[in-house]
Amino acid sequence: MKITPEEVSHVANLARLRLSPEEVEVMAKQLHDILTYVAKLNELDTRGITPTTHAISIVNAFREDEVKPSLDREKTLANGPQQDGEFFVVPRVI
Amino acid sequence: MALHALTIHELQEMLAKGQVSAVEVTRDVLGRIEKVEDKVKAYITLDPELALQQAEAADKKLKDGTGGPLCGIPVSIKDVLCTDGIRTTCGSRILENFVPPYDATSILKLKQADAVLVGKVAMDEFAMGSTSENCAFGPPKNPWNRNYICGGSSGGSAASVAADECIASLGTDTGGSIRQPASHCGVVGLKPTYGRVSRYGLVAFASSLDQIGPLTKDVTDCAVMMNVISGYDANDSTSVPREVPDFRNALKKDLQGMKIGIPREYFLEGLDPEVEKNVQKGIELLREAGAETVEVSLPHTEYCVAVYYLIAPAEASSNLARYDGVKYGFRDMSSDSLLDMYRNSRSQGFGDEVKRRIIIGTYALSSGYYDAYYKKASQVRTLITEDYRKVFETCDVLVSPVTPTPAWKLAEKIDDPLSVYLSDILTISANLAGIPGISVPCGFSGEGLPIGLQIQGAHFQEEKLLNVAYNLEQRLNISHLRPNNL
Repeated sequence: MKITPEEVSHVANLARLRLSPEEVEVMAKQLHDILTYVAKLNELDTRGITPTTHAISIVNAFREDEVKPSLDREKTLANGPQQDGEFFVVPRVI
Repeated sequence: MALHALTIHELQEMLAKGQVSAVEVTRDVLGRIEKVEDKVKAYITLDPELALQQAEAADKKLKDGTGGPLCGIPVSIKDVLCTDGIRTTCGSRILENFVPPYDATSILKLKQADAVLVGKVAMDEFAMGSTSENCAFGPPKNPWNRNYICGGSSGGSAASVAADECIASLGTDTGGSIRQPASHCGVVGLKPTYGRVSRYGLVAFASSLDQIGPLTKDVTDCAVMMNVISGYDANDSTSVPREVPDFRNALKKDLQGMKIGIPREYFLEGLDPEVEKNVQKGIELLREAGAETVEVSLPHTEYCVAVYYLIAPAEASSNLARYDGVKYGFRDMSSDSLLDMYRNSRSQGFGDEVKRRIIIGTYALSSGYYDAYYKKASQVRTLITEDYRKVFETCDVLVSPVTPTPAWKLAEKIDDPLSVYLSDILTISANLAGIPGISVPCGFSGEGLPIGLQIQGAHFQEEKLLNVAYNLEQRLNISHLRPNNL
């Protein structure tokens, strides 16, 4: 299957990445090579096979809903690129 | 022999007897780093002062007799594990200034064992790669020959151990990222069973595949590290509540009663003849140790790379959505709108391989392609797991090469991602099935590059892996060899 630069741009947009036209070209070719390679999975008939999402099956890792200490605000905000001591600040949304 | 060249168990004995202090050991390792780090480039962040403080605290505990199992032992940490108050970059510009507000569980366990944390070591960005060249602050070099890659993604871990810039290291393995660099650098590297070691505080790449494990100078040290880091953790809902044995007790004199499967698909066409020769020699030694060997088949091996390079990027594309420039990490300050800020921050912060995998993963999960790619890969993952289940009904462990070739030259494959992906063919299946795998040195190529031998076992059979690795190590007697050109 041929991957077009338009498809790469579309997917990049979904992933919130901005690619230059040159990057899109290179990526389209590399993505094409990779998808051509993974098409090898179609050699296998997998009808009726249950997909594996986790190698070790753990069912319902429940715990009691208890109040416990959490990270303090100052330490949590410290890594924020922009913050006002109470909140993370982002560009205007509305 | 210099202190930095010793193993954990050798130093433990000397420290316990008071023949040497933790401060002396740490100073010696720091001196070694000063001497060779310019050539190896294993570290991203070093904190000698903090290391010496920890060593002083360790000496006090040694005096009181209250020291933990790693008391005074200098270790390096792959820069993907969160360390409270110490920068954790994941090898990425996007986390260049990220200082975690908490410790990963594995780090907490090292601290509780009184280890000395020397610094954070280089890696492929977000653990995506097999060469450590995708590191925004690298790349680290192979200590045996600095024109060669040290492997990846835990390349800094393997290089720092091989170059004696630490006594042991913690790495992570998502598709071979502990075993492959261990093989290329001539050290021991174990990927434990999925769920054996808590992933809490490990910056996620592919959550269903990631696992933390040790890189060490010999098999005994590997067992010592496993004793410290293993165990259930309520903070990781995928960690498994299961008793942790004393892994050192697993190391026995011989392999009587051990049945070793040799998977025919792992001796593939294109396997480097020197790799094959050294691995076969290793298998012969395991037979001499009393093991029985039998040829077995894992028929779906050839599909593992295709499965992995859909599932791992799919999980990564979701996990890495958190880097949005809001709560931590790099933000492009020039963007006026939220959407532009996301796009610009991520595009400037991530490197090429990370972008490539996010795009593959987003594509594989996107509307209309999900069944053809992600679901299909997850179904073949079941077939790969079934292959293992069947062979472990008839044998205890599997022995094979770790990588199809020894290390290659730096920059040799940098523009050909698919050829690098294909080099992971012998290590990926273990992650897909969640089973443990270890790489133990078994020889050298003609050019003097190390070659590893891989042992895989069923879920939670790390003891068998360690015993087989230990028997090989004892009979080969090469674990004391070090690069001599640093």
